[in-house]
Amino acid sequence: MNEKRRELLKAASGSGVLALAAAAGLIKPGDAFAQQWNKAAFDTKSFAATLKALGASGSTESAQIQITAPDIAENGAVVPITIESAIPKTDTIAILIEKNPNTLSADFDIPAGTDPFITTRIKMAETSNIYAVVKADGKYYHAAKEIKVTLGGCGG
Amino acid sequence: MADPMRIRASMSGDKVEVRVLMSHEMETGQRKDASGAVVPAHFIQNVTVTHGGKTVLSAQWGTSISKNPFMHFRFKGGKPGEKVTISWVDNKGDRRSDEAVISGG
Repeated sequence: MNEKRRELLKAASGSGVLALAAAAGLIKPGDAFAQQWNKAAFDTKSFAATLKALGASGSTESAQIQITAPDIAENGAVVPITIESAIPKTDTIAILIEKNPNTLSADFDIPAGTDPFITTRIKMAETSNIYAVVKADGKYYHAAKEIKVTLGGCGG
Repeated sequence: MADPMRIRASMSGDKVEVRVLMSHEMETGQRKDASGAVVPAHFIQNVTVTHGGKTVLSAQWGTSISKNPFMHFRFKGGKPGEKVTISWVDNKGDRRSDEAVISGG
C-alpha cells in the first residue's frame, strides 16, 4: 500500500481541503448539492413537527398567501397546486400535506428576481389540509386549504 | 439515466415563464408490489434551475411530489435566445440535466 496516497486520502477528508478543491474547480458545486436535503424536516409526521423542523414554529396565518387547488381531487396521485405569496421578500415556499405519511412535500427557494409563485403536482393519501409555509424577511407565515380526495395516491 | 425533461421557457412581458415536465417514477417507499414486498423509495430530492450562471429556483422534494413531476414558475432577467438549465438529483444519486432556449413571447 502506498503511504503517500493514504495520507492524501486522510487529508482530503478535512473540509479545508474540500473547500480548496471546490475553489480550484475540481469539485463542481452540483456534486455537493445532493447533501442539502433537510432529512429531519422531510421525516416529520405532523404540521407542528414540520414547522419546528423548518424553524417556523412561530409562523402566523396570512391572507397574503394564496393556494390554488381543486376543492375535490378525484385522483390523489396527481393534485395540481399553485402557491403565490404577496408578502414582500418571500425567500422560501414550502408545501405541507397534513395527513400524508410524511407531512413535508416540497421546499422551494425563491431567489430575488424570481416570482414568489410556484405550480406543481402533489400526491395525497386522503382528504387533508394543505399548508403553504412562506419565509419572508426572516419571518414565517402560512395559509391552509382543505382538499377532499376521493381516491388516495399513496397506498395504491 | 432517465428520459430527457420537457422544458418550455418563453417570454411573458419582462419575465420568463418556465414549465418543465420531468420523467421520474417518484416511488414513495409506501407501496407494496404483487408479492407484498415494499417497493423502495426512489424520488427526486433536489432540483436546481439556473440562467446565466445564476440560480433562479432551487427546491428540495419529498416523496409526495407526483410521478413525472411538473413545475411552473417565472423569473426576471432572461432574454429570448438565452438558455435555462434544469438539473435534478434523486435519492439513489441518479441525476439529469437538460437545457432549453428561451423563446420570444
